[in-house]
Amino acid sequence: MNLIELRNITKTFDLGEVKLQVLKGITLAVAHGEFIALTGASGSGKSTLMNTIGCLDRPTTGDYLLEGVEVSRQSSNARALIRNQKMGFVFQNFNLLARTSALAQVMMPLAYGERHIQRKEAQKRAEALLARVGLADRMDHTPSQLSGGQQQRVALARALVNNPPFLLADEPTGNLDSKTTVEVLEMFRQLNEKDGLTILLVTHDPKVAAACKRVVKMTDGLIESDAMNGGNAP
Amino acid sequence: MMNWIRILIAAFNALRRNVLRSALTTLGIVIGVGSVIAMMEVGNGSTAAVQQTISSLGANMLMVFPGAAASGGISFGSGSTMTLTPGDAEAIFKECPSVRAVAPVVRMRTTQVVYGNRNWVPSETSGTTETIFDVRQWAVVSGAYFTARDVRNAACVCLVGQTVSQQLFGREPAVGKQIRMQNVNLRVIGVLEKKGSNMMGRDQDDTVVLPWTTAKFRISGNSSGGSGGSNTAAAASAGNHKTYPGSSTGLYPAVAATRAQNSALSVRFVNVDQIMASAASAEEIPQAMEEITNLLHERHRIRAGELDDFNIRDMTEVGNTMASVTETITRLLMAVAAISLVVGGVGIMNIMLVSVTERTKEIGLRMAVGAKAGDILRQFLAEAVVLCLFGGLMGIALGRGCSLAVQEFLGWPVQNSVTAIVVSVAVSAGVGILFGFYPAWKASRLDPIEALRYE
Ligand SMILES: Nc1ncnc2c1ncn2[C@@H]1O[C@H](COP(=O)(O)OP(=O)(O)OP(=O)(O)O)[C@@H](O)[C@H]1O
Ligand SMILES: [Mg+2]
Repeated sequence: MNLIELRNITKTFDLGEVKLQVLKGITLAVAHGEFIALTGASGSGKSTLMNTIGCLDRPTTGDYLLEGVEVSRQSSNARALIRNQKMGFVFQNFNLLARTSALAQVMMPLAYGERHIQRKEAQKRAEALLARVGLADRMDHTPSQLSGGQQQRVALARALVNNPPFLLADEPTGNLDSKTTVEVLEMFRQLNEKDGLTILLVTHDPKVAAACKRVVKMTDGLIESDAMNGGNAP
Repeated sequence: MMNWIRILIAAFNALRRNVLRSALTTLGIVIGVGSVIAMMEVGNGSTAAVQQTISSLGANMLMVFPGAAASGGISFGSGSTMTLTPGDAEAIFKECPSVRAVAPVVRMRTTQVVYGNRNWVPSETSGTTETIFDVRQWAVVSGAYFTARDVRNAACVCLVGQTVSQQLFGREPAVGKQIRMQNVNLRVIGVLEKKGSNMMGRDQDDTVVLPWTTAKFRISGNSSGGSGGSNTAAAASAGNHKTYPGSSTGLYPAVAATRAQNSALSVRFVNVDQIMASAASAEEIPQAMEEITNLLHERHRIRAGELDDFNIRDMTEVGNTMASVTETITRLLMAVAAISLVVGGVGIMNIMLVSVTERTKEIGLRMAVGAKAGDILRQFLAEAVVLCLFGGLMGIALGRGCSLAVQEFLGWPVQNSVTAIVVSVAVSAGVGILFGFYPAWKASRLDPIEALRYE
């Protein structure tokens, strides 16, 4: 069974007089353990697709099966729980809470789980993850005291704190310089290879796309090409 | 429950990030709750004080005064019209079913009492019957009341209030002491319990109480009525006493003689300054007043349309008036306090709306990592409630401080009120929920994608 299966997804924004169709029928399957780069021109609908896969937005038509279960038509609360348990998000602009310690940032998603996690255990998990992303000595630092790369690593730790099978990253390296880009990318690669984490990331950077196992290219709301790095289609 | 505590702690931590703003936001609540507390405490204090003075006077008290009530009820019959007699008192007791107890009262003009080398002028010396203690519900702390027999025999006995006891005997026991009043020896047979000051602020414990017969016939011409012409004879006979001060052995026969000589006259013409009556219950006060009025009309032969030669005052009425004045003031101030609570609540709402806008991105992020609409709603609601509760607690401190200051510097009676504290904590939490709800609801309705993209 595929982790994600999109069947003929469309998304239309209703702008009053005009209706803007941004996704025009996307069919895509993602298996467990894949590491996919989503590329394409600006405005081609990558972020819209990511939001749909991330259960932040609902498709206009089409089916979205997550682990074999249709999720696009579930209740908001059910989808909130899916976001909490099944996937992690990393954003271009990190989206950390101001004046909040790295540790508290990473613990935050644990408050919204189905069952309550003891504070001690929550802290242990957050500390372990921060250590894993190389920030063991920065737990008490607030975002303003961290570099961009460090901030993105805090965000990554936060995305992984609930042990989701699946990571979504919209231009995670978009705000980073080339050195930190390599660092963060290496972290992604390790998570994918060692932990079997499925990763879907959006990027404009060909070098980042080259580091992924599979590259999906979008043009104007449609998938233009979908290829394994090395030339074979999946 | 645990969940709510966690949410409240998280809210508290969020508010701590902006202490000054939180403090200023909650100022309205602080002032509102503070004024509620102060009002309640001062209001309760004065109500309690009024009630206490009323009950210290005696339960369901009616006072019958001689003379017509002057218009406006300011001055009552002066001593010049002496129309009430001990017989009236007795008749009231016998013939008015709504009256539980009656006592005639003869007020003596300021009379010095002497014990050894100490002397003292009690602010009130009254001659009455043994029933006065029942009417005024006045217990003795030591010794005993005088009896009906003492009244019949004009026994030379008296009871003293705490102030008099203190002044004459200090710490020594008062019972059994002989005191002198205008050269008449009186034996102190009891000490009355403390009553405190009355509604006019007079010390009720600065008093000597003795049988009215003793006051009238043994201690001379000292009823306030003595100033009236009808009492000249009595005054003259009083003069006689004073000429024989000598030894007490000499006094007795002389007094007995005077009494024998006067008794036929006195029983008919003796006047009392006041009759105190106690209605059987608060509800029966109007009925008791009517019964007394009818009876006195009959006894004094006053026809319909003629002016009464007496007037009846209902003490509970006086008390009720005072209580209702305090209550009105308390209500008015409560209204002011309620308005300031509403203003405070609107202040909270305003800042919460600003906060929701400011934190749109945070809300989007929380939603993206799995917060449900309900979680966001609870978070902001909890912040508003914590703000208000904090305001409430500070308000309680402020209010207590104010009422203590009022007590300290203005000397007003203050009574701290647990109800006020419980109510204001509940009210401030309520204000938080009421005015925090809209901003919190707005926050929970945000679209996560738009919220995340918000700059
Ligand atoms: N909420 C919205 N309402 C209306 N139009 C929208 C909305 N969100 C996106 N669009 C439009 O959909 C199109 C695709 O946007 P999207 O953000 O998915 O592009 P993208 O591929 O992520 O571009 P970029 O690489 O610049 O991030 C754009 O033309 C955009 O204007
Ligand atoms: Mg985009």
